[in-house]
Amino acid sequence: MNKINELFKKDLKVANIGLDSFYKDLKSQKIEAIHVDFKPPARGNKKMASLLSRLK
Amino acid sequence: MVTERIDRANKEALDRILKAQPTIVGIGRAIDDIPGMTEKTILHAGPPVKWEDMSGPLKGAIIGGLLYEGIAKSEEEAVEIAESGQITFDSCHHHNAVGPMAGVVTPSMPVWIVKNKAFDNYAYCTLNEGLGKVLRYGAYSKEVIDRLLWMENTLAPILKEAIQLSGEIDLKSILSQILQMGDEGHNRNKAGTSLLIRELAPYIVETDFSTESKRDVLKFMNSNDHFFLNVSMPACKCTMDPLGEIKYSTVVYTMARNGTEFGIRVAGLGNKWFTAEAEVIDGLYFPGFSMDDANRDIGDSCITETTGIGGFAMATSLPIVKFVGGTPKDALNYTLSMYEITEGENDIYKIPALDFRGTPTGIDVRKVVETGIAPIINTGIAHKDPGVGQVGAGLVRPPMKCFEDALEDFVLSLEEEGLL
Amino acid sequence: MMKVCHEIRKNTYYDSVTLMLISKELKKMEGIKEALVGMATDLNKELAEMINISSEDIKSASPNDFFVSVLCHESIEKEIILDKVDKLLNEKKKESSLDYRPATLDSALKYEPNLNLALISVPGKYAAGEARKALNKGLHVMLFSDNVSMEDERKLKELASEKGLLMMGPDCGTAIINNVPLAFANVVKKGNIGVVGASGTGTQEVTVLIDRLGEGVSQVIGTGGRDLKKEIGGIMMLDGLKSLLEDDETSVIVLISKPPHKDVAKKVLEEVKKSNKPIVVNFIGGDKKEIEDHGGYFAKNLEDAAYMAVNLLRDKEDTPNYEEIEKMAKMEAAQIGSNQKYMRGLFTGGTLADEAMKIFMNHMDVYSNIPLKPDLKLLDIHKSIKDTCIDLGDDDFTVGKPHPMIDPSNRVERLLKEKEDESVAVVLMDFVLGYGSNEDPVGEMIPSIIEAKKAFEDRGQYLSVVGSICGTENDPQDYKKSKKRLEDIGVVVMPSNAQAARLTSSILKLLRGGSCE
Repeated sequence: MNKINELFKKDLKVANIGLDSFYKDLKSQKIEAIHVDFKPPARGNKKMASLLSRLK
Repeated sequence: MVTERIDRANKEALDRILKAQPTIVGIGRAIDDIPGMTEKTILHAGPPVKWEDMSGPLKGAIIGGLLYEGIAKSEEEAVEIAESGQITFDSCHHHNAVGPMAGVVTPSMPVWIVKNKAFDNYAYCTLNEGLGKVLRYGAYSKEVIDRLLWMENTLAPILKEAIQLSGEIDLKSILSQILQMGDEGHNRNKAGTSLLIRELAPYIVETDFSTESKRDVLKFMNSNDHFFLNVSMPACKCTMDPLGEIKYSTVVYTMARNGTEFGIRVAGLGNKWFTAEAEVIDGLYFPGFSMDDANRDIGDSCITETTGIGGFAMATSLPIVKFVGGTPKDALNYTLSMYEITEGENDIYKIPALDFRGTPTGIDVRKVVETGIAPIINTGIAHKDPGVGQVGAGLVRPPMKCFEDALEDFVLSLEEEGLL
Repeated sequence: MMKVCHEIRKNTYYDSVTLMLISKELKKMEGIKEALVGMATDLNKELAEMINISSEDIKSASPNDFFVSVLCHESIEKEIILDKVDKLLNEKKKESSLDYRPATLDSALKYEPNLNLALISVPGKYAAGEARKALNKGLHVMLFSDNVSMEDERKLKELASEKGLLMMGPDCGTAIINNVPLAFANVVKKGNIGVVGASGTGTQEVTVLIDRLGEGVSQVIGTGGRDLKKEIGGIMMLDGLKSLLEDDETSVIVLISKPPHKDVAKKVLEEVKKSNKPIVVNFIGGDKKEIEDHGGYFAKNLEDAAYMAVNLLRDKEDTPNYEEIEKMAKMEAAQIGSNQKYMRGLFTGGTLADEAMKIFMNHMDVYSNIPLKPDLKLLDIHKSIKDTCIDLGDDDFTVGKPHPMIDPSNRVERLLKEKEDESVAVVLMDFVLGYGSNEDPVGEMIPSIIEAKKAFEDRGQYLSVVGSICGTENDPQDYKKSKKRLEDIGVVVMPSNAQAARLTSSILKLLRGGSCE
């Protein structure tokens, strides 16, 4: 069950969600990373976000 | 519960897109073949629009159409007739038809007849006139009208007979091939045009027309890289039309612009249009022109993107991305970003540069609103004044409002049914 | 006067989009009014005609011919234009832009299904949601974001614990997993000391010192600052500790935290008691006896923790060189004027400020925005009094501004303000290197240090500037170079924050005649 110790034996593959600089730091160290271009759901439009949540 | 219902409907929508079998079955005439067409009907691209709200190129194309039909003898008279209310203007999409740019269809115009053999429905589109001063960009000078007449009297009859000789032509296999040959099916049609000529040439030669006419027809097709566009469009149109009645589906089955407004229709919401002011395109302009000369986004050609090719398949057509100063990697990224807003992937239309992944297919309104990523469209740019023609090409996205309004309406319709 | 010049090249093909771009570029050239570079298709010929730059040659050219036609000032030579065209035609494109950036974690996973850790730094109100999605997808999480509610934190950590995943944070600034520094972390040698830390800069300082003492780290797990509060119950520290106990690469373990809630401390120490690996515990101000009763090794500060861990690993008894510090203190004190008495600590790392204040605590009162005792709180945080230590990374200073580890401009201003105070004798500073931090934290401060020292000199005084650099030789900013640049302008650079504080304390003692009251 302990996935933490499994992780210690693998290559890190990082999803960077947020600050671009953290992604660039990882890339500069040749670490496998993907930058997720996070945007607030429905571009922060509250009405749309609430409509979407009703469909979930 | 509601999510499952929607997901099931969207799966059905994707399934219908994938099952479609668009096939050229012949050449017809608008008045004879297009449903609901009358002697006094003129169809145009995009959502419905009144004469007074039409943009320059659409008005120009209608003037040209009236001159071509002989309904008007002069520009002034054409305007008078258009204003008088004696002509019924309607959206191509209401008549199983599509048209590039202004998309004007008048009764006498010859049309491609494309059949979706999986669902037995048809789509219609006029024949492509070539580049430069042409009706679809709102030009209506004598050379434009003369060319239309030649198309009616020489091009169409020869093509019609050639198709009768060759038998129907499967468009699905041609579309899948051209995506591997550098076309994306919307703004680059070199491969498609070439393959179509290959299909037709032996039979054109076999027709009973004069050598001169046959040579003119072949030359005409060969001189126009976009000849295939007017075939890929109805192929996509007849692919999408069977989605129009899928209840609870949030998949977009129409995107179209009339030069004033951009409109979309959603499978679960039937024939209702959701519109917003169309964008002005920031693209690559021909020498002598700039964004100031541009008309707002116009044409039904984004039916290709609706089906998952065109801008969605940009990764197959790397040269296209230069229109916005991008790089081949940008082209790949444009396609990759469309997977974020689509229901699934095409099983036949594949992208070599993405390890033959299927094109992103079936725009989901929910995903567009949630991610804030609007569909990407490759398009030509028309001059805002009638009669001038194309001034550039570029990439454009629909206004987000169309999708937001559609989502709101969709939620409302579920509420009315007591499902929310 | 304008002229038209043109050129035709027979049977030369370029694609139309390239040529349109070249037309556009040419038009930007000084003195060129219109430019058309294209294949001689009917459309292009018509365009040339329309903008009045056509010619008989162009009119008769075929679609397989390439032409250039330009309307320009008569002083411009045709060769220059053609050179430009050729240059543009043959131009090598710069390496194309960005890698694909998916919009959501879901699509990132479709793109790369083997992602195993999410580093999340989105605004607080979205942070918990993104972390939950990542955990549910089976990813370990490092949550850098703050402003996450205590309840969300507990739920996230319970979810992670249930799934056997790391849930580092919220407000987790530092971690080194599989020797990859994440967020704010240093490039520390690979080794056999495992760290679980609830303090970002505290963890950085300990790992940097381990590196400087010649050892390295196996894993450095951050927990976020609130993990050992009662509401959270130390979930991440307990899971982190357990994973290090099971990790073959880890021989010695260091736990770092601010004083934990007593129930939580007990829970953690119960685990320590069961451990078969030596565990150094630095619960800043923690109960020495309780820790030792549970078989842990009590460390009184960050430096002590690093030394203990290294000594346990090597079975040795190294300590900092205290005699050397006294010698240096005498040298500095000798230069300081008799009217100068006070110390000003200007810190970018909160835990480092805290550590320094604990070292001063026994013989002097230190005012602060984060004081050790409530009555030592500065009334106006922007104005130092007597002996003052400022944490410039505290919320008071960072509203609407980046953290001083990223942008030290607040500290530059503060130093320039301190220099006006004639009673100041010593300025104490930290410099945090590593990923996440400013590209050159030392370089950002140097001009203001020179200016401050000069202001004292101009008054016939001497300002002692004592610093320590939290960084390693392999950090992108380079510890050695940074150290040399500071020494070159007269800064006394100590090997640790604790020693810098100790030196400062010794200087002050000497100035005050052995008494610090």
